[in-house]
Amino acid sequence: MRRVLALILAGGHGKRLGVLTEKIAKPAVPFGGKYRLIDFTLSNCVNSGIYHVGVLTQYRPHLLINHIGIGRPWDLDRKKGGLFVLQPYLGGVAGWYRGTADAVYQNIEFVDEVNPERVLILSGDHVYAMDYNDMLDFHILKNAEGTIACMEVPLDEASRFGIMVTDVESRIVDFEEKPARPRSNLASLGIYVFNWSFLREYLMKDAQDENSSHDFGKDVIPRMIREGRRIFAFRFSGYWRDVGTIRSYWESNLELTRPLPPLNLYDRHWRFYTQTEEMPPAYCAPESKISNSIISEGCEIHGTVENSVLFQGVHVGEGSVIKNSVVMTGTIVGRNCFIENSIVAERVIIADNVQIGVGEDAPSSLDPEVYTGLITVIGMYSRIPENTRIGKNCVVGVGVTEQDFTSKELPSGGFVLHRE
Amino acid sequence: MRVLGLILAGGHSESLGPLVSKRASAALPVFGKYRAIDFTLSNMVNAGIRKVGVLTQYNPRSLMDHLGSGKEWDLDRKNGGLFILQPYVSAEGSYWYKGTADAIFQNMTILRRGEEDYVLIGSGDHIYKIDFTQVFNFHFSTGADITLLVKYLDETYDLTQYGIVQMEGHRIVSIEEKPQRPKGNLAFLGIYFMNKYLLMELLYNYVTKGENDLLNIIVSQLGRLKVHGYVFEGYWRNVKKGIDEYFRINMDALKKEIREELFYKYGKVYTKLKDLPPPKIGSSAVIKNSIISDGCIVNGHVENSVLFRGVIVKAGAVVENAVVMQDTVIEEGAVVKNAILDKEVLIRQQGRLVGKEKLVVMEKRAVL
Repeated sequence: MRRVLALILAGGHGKRLGVLTEKIAKPAVPFGGKYRLIDFTLSNCVNSGIYHVGVLTQYRPHLLINHIGIGRPWDLDRKKGGLFVLQPYLGGVAGWYRGTADAVYQNIEFVDEVNPERVLILSGDHVYAMDYNDMLDFHILKNAEGTIACMEVPLDEASRFGIMVTDVESRIVDFEEKPARPRSNLASLGIYVFNWSFLREYLMKDAQDENSSHDFGKDVIPRMIREGRRIFAFRFSGYWRDVGTIRSYWESNLELTRPLPPLNLYDRHWRFYTQTEEMPPAYCAPESKISNSIISEGCEIHGTVENSVLFQGVHVGEGSVIKNSVVMTGTIVGRNCFIENSIVAERVIIADNVQIGVGEDAPSSLDPEVYTGLITVIGMYSRIPENTRIGKNCVVGVGVTEQDFTSKELPSGGFVLHRE
Repeated sequence: MRVLGLILAGGHSESLGPLVSKRASAALPVFGKYRAIDFTLSNMVNAGIRKVGVLTQYNPRSLMDHLGSGKEWDLDRKNGGLFILQPYVSAEGSYWYKGTADAIFQNMTILRRGEEDYVLIGSGDHIYKIDFTQVFNFHFSTGADITLLVKYLDETYDLTQYGIVQMEGHRIVSIEEKPQRPKGNLAFLGIYFMNKYLLMELLYNYVTKGENDLLNIIVSQLGRLKVHGYVFEGYWRNVKKGIDEYFRINMDALKKEIREELFYKYGKVYTKLKDLPPPKIGSSAVIKNSIISDGCIVNGHVENSVLFRGVIVKAGAVVENAVVMQDTVIEEGAVVKNAILDKEVLIRQQGRLVGKEKLVVMEKRAVL
């Protein structure tokens, strides 16, 4: 039996997801009709036979913790091992997590208590299917002290990732986090295996370093490589996505509707587990037209759904059309609505004759850094009044009410936020 | 007030043919993801009952597999929880349950132990949603000794298959089991509520004398005890009453009012999780008036049908007026109409399965 402890970094805010992460941590963002991002990592752990998992939370953890609970859906409610939620606390040198490495450093006592041979450091906000045993085997075979999972990415995207240069043995000779001029296209997936005693030593060093930002990619791993330690790159060839932007989030969801999606949710030998509300199966009315879409339990569809992902309990009224969109749990769409190229978050109420995602292209007047993909985003719990026309690249904030709308027309690039 | 729930789930019905050849009727799959017993179990749990005994006998494997530790109904508890009560061999001998009263009598321990004052007895093969707390309130406010659930059945029920009840005010004055010529349409629904000690006393007095049926015992007490009828007005059906009835019940879920009543009124219906992905509807799919469950992949034409979890309907296949159970595959160009397909059936390319006046039934793992 291998003594492996998985630590899932799940404290991230995910700023580039805009209103989607205004109230929830990024790992709790819904994905693929019934899942939340963290489900993929948790399921990979248990499918790989790793039943000792720490989840490190920080940013808005309430919904995330509520979702993972005691780990029951993942079979992590166990007598030995199981799931541990590790949140920042006061006492000693502890405090808010200053970076990914600091988050693990602050939990050294916990890890020592578990006393694993190796730790697997994972992110709670990636979508992928991976048997960690392949990576652990590789790590052992190479007699490595650390192993980083990596993948070749298009060179023009390389500066978004940690980029590494390896020798013929796959040993990493150089590692740069988000380099302006990448020297290779081999990108880190943020999945690491370390021998615990080795990592412990480096975490202690890093904690003493006043110039460090206490981040694995920026500080700890480059230091290990500088000091000539045995760090290897494990090449992963399967599906892996960091759905870090509105556009990539939207695209990765819609990819699931393809005839042969790159991520196979239907593989009975590699299931993804989640905690969901108990709901009856979906109902498709006589007048419904559904094509190329994922629909979920509790959906009642009376309209047209095309190239879209509907989460649980979504109601689509008669005469309404939903195209190229992601509609999250419990959202109600009235009659004769038209929604295109949009992300509608959870429990939104859309009255009759509303149009969303229509009109000219225009840059976002709220935050052109975040809202770049011409995707209109409607925040959770908002209510859209009848006959409203919302353009492309628009943002409707969290909890917006009918009174927050000053006009029936929200031009492309515009936004409405809730006034307290 | 604490209530013990007992669910009679040992039943077998010849009239369901191959559908019950390997399962108790309480384990019959319904509405895409449920088993018949989920309704009674959820009703009890939703009414705050924390201890439930399920009396099994006939082919209990699939039922036990479904119930497991009772986790899905929040019945995996330190105190109370789910108890499976099956016939057993003891030093005194071994006995199959000879009837409802005998079944409960043989499990007297569950009555004797525990702090419950009342017993609610239901059946594992009834499909209905009810707020049992209203039944409890009725029982106390009318000063009943025993409360039975009754319902005015319309012409869609075969009255000769039910116990027909006569009432004066709240009080039941006669019950006639499966009468040739029913006097009225008020029927007993097979659901009892009474004081636990009264039930124990009745069982000690009558089962020991060879009366094994609980309803017969109660009928014999109509003059002595206040047996009241609580008139239930909601949807109520028994899946055990035959193939056509089973089919009709599944099709009923395509009606909005019935769906709302069964799935959203008086709490949720809980069932065993399967961890399947949401249904995927392909570009050539046409779906009309149908229920589609998790894990389904639909590329063909599906109309007026109920697809259970993990059903695959390939491009060019037609499924109409059909109940298609878990993991059945209907391949390219196949046609299925007026049919019930049990689990893991395979209809191969261009296969034709069309029921005419009678529904066609394919048994589990059959291949066409």
